[in-house]
Amino acid sequence: MTIKYTREHEWVRVEGDVATCGISVYAAEQLGDIVYVELPAAGKAVSKDGEMAVVESAKAASDVFAPISGTIVAVNDALSSDPALVNSGPEGEGWMVKLKVGDASELAALMDEAAYKEFVGSL
Amino acid sequence: MRYLPLTPDDRRAMLGVIGAKSIDDLYVDVPKAAQRSGLVDLPRAQGEAEVERAMRGYAKKNLSPANAPFFIGAGAYRHHIPASVDHIIQRSEFLTAYTPYQPEIAQGTLQSIFEFQTQVAILTGMEVANASMYDGSTACAEAALMAARVTKRSKVILSGGLHPHYAETTKTMAGANGVVLIDSAPAIDGEAEVLKLLDGDTAAVIVQSPNVFGTITELNKIAEAVHARGALLIAVFTEAVSLGLIEPPGAMGADIVVGEGQSIGVALSFGGPYVGLFATREKFMRQMPGRLAGETVDADGKRGFVLTLSTREQHIRRAKATSNICTNSGLCAQAFTMHMTLLGRKGLERLALLNHEKACDLADALGAISGVEVLTPRFFNEFAVRTPKKADAVVEALAKRGILGGVAYSRLKGGAMDDVLLVCATETNTDEDIAAFAGALKEVLS
Amino acid sequence: MSQASVSGSRGLLQAEPLIFEMLGGERTGVDLPEPKGLKDRLGGLKRKAALDLPGLTEPEAMRHYVRLSQRNYAIDLGVFPLGSCTMKHNPRLNEKVARMEGLGDIHPLQPASTVQGALALMEALSHWLMELTGMPAVALSPKAGAHGELCGMLAIRAALYARGEGETRKRVLTPISSHGTNPATAAACGFTVDEIEALPDGRVDLNSLTAKLGPDVAAIMLTNPNTCGLFERDVKEIADLVHAAGGYFYCDGANYNAIVGRVRPGDLGVDAMHINLHKTFSTPHGGGGPGAGPVVFSEALAPFAPLPRIIERDGVLAFEEHAFGEATGRLCAFQGQMGMYIRALAYMMSHGSDGLRQVAEDAVLNANYLLARLKPYMSAPFGGSKDEHWPCMHEALFDDSFLDGTGVETSDIAKALIDEGYHPMTMYFPLVVHGAMLIEPTETESKAELDRFANALIAIAERAKAGDAAAFKAAPLLSPVRRLDDTRAARQPKLRWKAETAADPARVAAE
Repeated sequence: MTIKYTREHEWVRVEGDVATCGISVYAAEQLGDIVYVELPAAGKAVSKDGEMAVVESAKAASDVFAPISGTIVAVNDALSSDPALVNSGPEGEGWMVKLKVGDASELAALMDEAAYKEFVGSL
Repeated sequence: MRYLPLTPDDRRAMLGVIGAKSIDDLYVDVPKAAQRSGLVDLPRAQGEAEVERAMRGYAKKNLSPANAPFFIGAGAYRHHIPASVDHIIQRSEFLTAYTPYQPEIAQGTLQSIFEFQTQVAILTGMEVANASMYDGSTACAEAALMAARVTKRSKVILSGGLHPHYAETTKTMAGANGVVLIDSAPAIDGEAEVLKLLDGDTAAVIVQSPNVFGTITELNKIAEAVHARGALLIAVFTEAVSLGLIEPPGAMGADIVVGEGQSIGVALSFGGPYVGLFATREKFMRQMPGRLAGETVDADGKRGFVLTLSTREQHIRRAKATSNICTNSGLCAQAFTMHMTLLGRKGLERLALLNHEKACDLADALGAISGVEVLTPRFFNEFAVRTPKKADAVVEALAKRGILGGVAYSRLKGGAMDDVLLVCATETNTDEDIAAFAGALKEVLS
Repeated sequence: MSQASVSGSRGLLQAEPLIFEMLGGERTGVDLPEPKGLKDRLGGLKRKAALDLPGLTEPEAMRHYVRLSQRNYAIDLGVFPLGSCTMKHNPRLNEKVARMEGLGDIHPLQPASTVQGALALMEALSHWLMELTGMPAVALSPKAGAHGELCGMLAIRAALYARGEGETRKRVLTPISSHGTNPATAAACGFTVDEIEALPDGRVDLNSLTAKLGPDVAAIMLTNPNTCGLFERDVKEIADLVHAAGGYFYCDGANYNAIVGRVRPGDLGVDAMHINLHKTFSTPHGGGGPGAGPVVFSEALAPFAPLPRIIERDGVLAFEEHAFGEATGRLCAFQGQMGMYIRALAYMMSHGSDGLRQVAEDAVLNANYLLARLKPYMSAPFGGSKDEHWPCMHEALFDDSFLDGTGVETSDIAKALIDEGYHPMTMYFPLVVHGAMLIEPTETESKAELDRFANALIAIAERAKAGDAAAFKAAPLLSPVRRLDDTRAARQPKLRWKAETAADPARVAAE
């Protein structure tokens, strides 16, 4: 099970046919203190690069895009009462959604950990 | 020019620092052809006295309610405003401040807004309120848009008692943004009729109480039916003083309550500026339009207030904002909150009771005139009467006799129900006013 | 940091709790006659639960609001250099006349025969606005700038539908530097928003514009002078290109104060433009409103102006209030912000055509003077080199490159200005330059005030460059409260007072 990243700083980790997604450590640092996460409803279909969630700091709102296509099967309800989880563990307890993978081949185009590290370093 | 501090010497010295020969050098980016060499064809500068005289000239051509028995309501109401309210809103620190984006030097405005939000929530029986909208009608339009966002549905049903200006404003503003507005025929006592149009695509129904005909409506059953269909109930009022006496919409199941706050602290001023009130349930807080003040602490742990949840707003969210609104009705909200503080529960309840009693007296006096029928079954301070002549002609004839005797419903809703006259009485009316109105109406109708 | 006092007050600054926390029994500040208590036509819908609203007597209420007022910065106190906001002096004559009997107290639904003066006043204001802008029509009713944008874009939408292109022209172009209200308004009218790029000199990139034009473009929304404080040199070409592509030119008139009396938007190809009466014509900002946003229209859009309109029949004025022709419907109950019309007209009459032109020129001169004085110490992306002055219009834009490596950010400069007794400039807007600081002095500042302000800002900039980041992060130290925790406010929103969180006496005393 490997983690993959997008150029928009989302991550995705696939176990079986379920993908867990969130935003990267780098993105969380850039956004600063997260005050609210707007999550989609379970059952919603999302397409790759389509809007999936919104993260807000006190003075900014950023769209979170779907790394791959699929159907939302679960969202991290803990974020509604404690959005700071995205700051404390963006790639762990601060996960945002789980989706049923629509097209696993889309994963191939994403960056692996090393490539993403290099990408972030170039920014 | 008394408002321009720069002297000719200043201007020369400043151009020197800039390194420009003349002011024209600073306008080099403007196409020559678009620059006017001479002055626009309008009068030249005038002193205070001249301007004041000209303004008095305009004022003199109007009939002031101070000089006539006055019985017009229908969305704007004549009430006494305490002198101290007008004094406070003319204080430099409130009058000449900007939106409180720098909270460290705007706690006066921010605490006032926080108190205002609390007062509006209490008054309407709701959980949260915003820092105000332009007026009641635009608040109504914003409520329709919010209901569509919350329910992800697009149909909004308007009751037949909704002020026609509110209905039209909602159609213009919300209609352009994909909301489908379904109108109802004018009905004096028909708020519950909206339920006939309710279906699974309905985002909200909008009812008004007291409605434009003055009728008060019990909302519990309407709320139940609306909620059973997964829709929201938007309750509208135009007379904020009524909430001192009648059951608030929040206690009867409304999801969004919007209304006009002009009655409390704001001058009639021929229609504006007024102050739109907007309140809702806490769970819908993030879908609200407009500014919000919230409590927090400063670096020393001391309580303070800031504008918050601003990621809903246009300056951050741009095309995805909950509304394009960029102002609130700040100074009018300041007037509202101070007047409300002066009133308190005791004052507001008494004020409301006095209004109701005056309206009852007026209904008795007008109802006694042959041919005149009071149509409104339950009312607060305004009601509709049927007149044996066309209501707009009655209004004109009364004006000729120096009496501002209500407004024809047909003026509000192009031609409809042209024998219906809307009248209103407030604490500002004396028994003599009422007698003069009844006497004149009798003459006009005979 | 503040020295503790027993009372919680500090010198002139009095401690003040919320009205809901003031104890001492129920009271009221109004004396009303005793109701007779005989009549009831409420139909049994009397309020069940008592209202829980606190009341204060007049002396208590006066103190409450005066104490609160002293925590506010105001134009009457000092320079208020908020770029894009136009914080100029608010003449008190205008307050006086707006309250005159016969103007401030008339009802919007009085019969026309009893409000001929009010209608004539609205006509006079319309005349001034049309003459000044060189536009043939005006709609007064929009209640603020953003409401005016809505009015203008709805007229464009209606015009497109009338042409049969309402369903096909759905894209609105706007520069990245535009006010947030522009894209928000376009979206509110059912349009999609497409952003156009800026050139390195802060103006619209004609190539980017041309590339984005097409048969689906409804309009461009462009601020001119733009939000960088610069005049769009190519404005005529922009208008021609958009018109040739079948679209309309909506001009955001927020910065009209830089050109009033000198340049007429009607000569620039504008189809619709709102005018913020609270900016150019100095109606008070009032802590965030009320404003007023009348919209002027070209011949092409005039038929689509909203209701109501004023008509004249046999020398008598009246409102046309009901749907006719292609008019856009109502934007609000009644006829708009009369209180602001009165103030704006008094302002125009006071200045006259000569004074209004001077207003624009002095506003531009003051901004350029600050640009010239501050440029050597800060970084002005569009201000030209040390030896060459590239003029701005009514506001001077700086970025944060002069702070590179200092650890000090734009917001820190702003907070340091507060300790110097100034309201900060507009920060982080427009978005096209990094760490933007937008300074608009307006024409009502004297040279002495500008020098005092410039000296303070220069000292702050020098201190920042000398490396004093920690002190900047602690600022402000001298304001009624210190930096407030926005994150906390947004994470657990507390939007009203509630009984259960009431009066922790220790906390109230600490204020």
